[in-house]
Amino acid sequence: MKRLVPLTITFIVGFVLIFSVFLPPAEGLDQTFTLYFDIIAVFAFFLGGGNLMRVHINKLRRQKKDWGFSVVTIAGFLFMLAAGLFKIGNPGDIATAVDTQGSLFKTVFDYVINPLQSTMYSLLAFFVASASYRAFRAKNREATLLLIAAFVILLGRTPFGMMVTGWIPDSFSIFQIPNLAIWIMNSPNLAGQRAIIIGIGLGVISMSLRLILGVERSYLGDDNA
Amino acid sequence: MPNIGVSISLLVIFGGLAWLLIRSISGREVDRRIIFVFIFVAVAAPLLFPITFQEKATSIVRDLFDRIEELPEGSHVLISFDFDPAMAPEVQPMANAISRHCLDKGHRVIFMSLWATGQSLMTTTLTNVILPEFPEKVDGRDYVNIGFKAGNEGVLNVIVSDFKKMFPTNVNGVPLDSMEIFEGIESCADLDFIVALGGGRPGPKEWVLFVGDPADVPIGVGVAAVVAPQLYPYYPQQVIGILGGIKGAAEYESELTHRRERFADMETPGLHMMGPQTLAHLVIMSFIIIGNIAFFRKKRSGSDSR
Repeated sequence: MKRLVPLTITFIVGFVLIFSVFLPPAEGLDQTFTLYFDIIAVFAFFLGGGNLMRVHINKLRRQKKDWGFSVVTIAGFLFMLAAGLFKIGNPGDIATAVDTQGSLFKTVFDYVINPLQSTMYSLLAFFVASASYRAFRAKNREATLLLIAAFVILLGRTPFGMMVTGWIPDSFSIFQIPNLAIWIMNSPNLAGQRAIIIGIGLGVISMSLRLILGVERSYLGDDNA
Repeated sequence: MPNIGVSISLLVIFGGLAWLLIRSISGREVDRRIIFVFIFVAVAAPLLFPITFQEKATSIVRDLFDRIEELPEGSHVLISFDFDPAMAPEVQPMANAISRHCLDKGHRVIFMSLWATGQSLMTTTLTNVILPEFPEKVDGRDYVNIGFKAGNEGVLNVIVSDFKKMFPTNVNGVPLDSMEIFEGIESCADLDFIVALGGGRPGPKEWVLFVGDPADVPIGVGVAAVVAPQLYPYYPQQVIGILGGIKGAAEYESELTHRRERFADMETPGLHMMGPQTLAHLVIMSFIIIGNIAFFRKKRSGSDSR
């Protein structure tokens, strides 16, 4: 029963959604199912929030390694939940948007979440530089091609590229670095990306069929796979 | 004294790189912490002492600009903020510039988001750009913020044929039916243009697959630089134009300041951020050269010893 119910639901929903695209009487069913998804997602939010609290309270109670981070997680979660639910500091009434300018929710978003996420992302620059130094080495022909392409793109993404090659006459403008960068993106990159997209598309079709027909069961959990 | 600051910074960076080059020739590798210091200086120096470059829009950016320019006044344009604060430094300048352009052209703009974090970033654009710069524009008539809706591609799958089924009200709970901007707009198929800004999933690609193609609505996209290569297969048939990373934002700002007089003195964060990007790219390229010199030096000494 534990396996049969989810497998049956997947089978029915999967085929209904396929039919809704190809059979006129089933048209619009995909939209109805999307609205159902939204309703189910609301319960998933409760489940997710509850699970987050359970995991971190357990960690805190047992004083596991790095339990201090759990305190921050729980405090942050409850704080933002309260700020959003009760619209603390919101200049409008209860009906106005949760992130109205001046509200506590928006203030925390602007001055905590925004800089924290930006900082995490910007650290990439350091690792990209370090990785480029170690990885981009002309060890063989393929690596040399990659190295040249990287150079052209790096230069092409800055005004420096035009400054260096701007003197090349218009009849040979393809050799200006920004144009060369566009050519790399529009030809070799495009060919590769299209191949990847087609490959992914075929993979998605086969994986979807495996899921709908119940061949692939890993989503049911380890016990039922 | 910005020029002295820039000169000193460049001297420190390239002097340091020359020193590392000499070390590499003698066969010594560069410690990663040294690379980190160089990148820090390369990014921080142009922020403290701004260096500005002239940008010329490439065709892929100009195509998007021209499409917004050519739309008749009063056209309905939807701008979707599908990004988070991590992508905001690259994508928010595009969002601000495109919003300015659309409103100045007299288009009616619908703002929405498929990302929970997008709604707050949308509020930032509304508060910092639209309200102070376009006080004559009326919420609900000239623009509207319908906010975030969970459901990813599912949301697109519904709004492609019925807007109000998924968004019955705007962010402040005002029914869309009561708004002038939604007169004659039942679904995405009734829109004149869509600008999808983002870099993750759901994002511009999903807009093309679930809305642009089925409803035959032209789409322009603005994405973080790392995602831009994935969008090229859709250009120019399914995507009118692509703004890729801060360079794309800078090119759009450049077009806006040059072609629309009103914005000649507007804030141009994209153009300002090209300074750090240019310097950081040059430093990375220098390290690649230094790395290769060290590599060939080592290879040569290895073959010599054999």
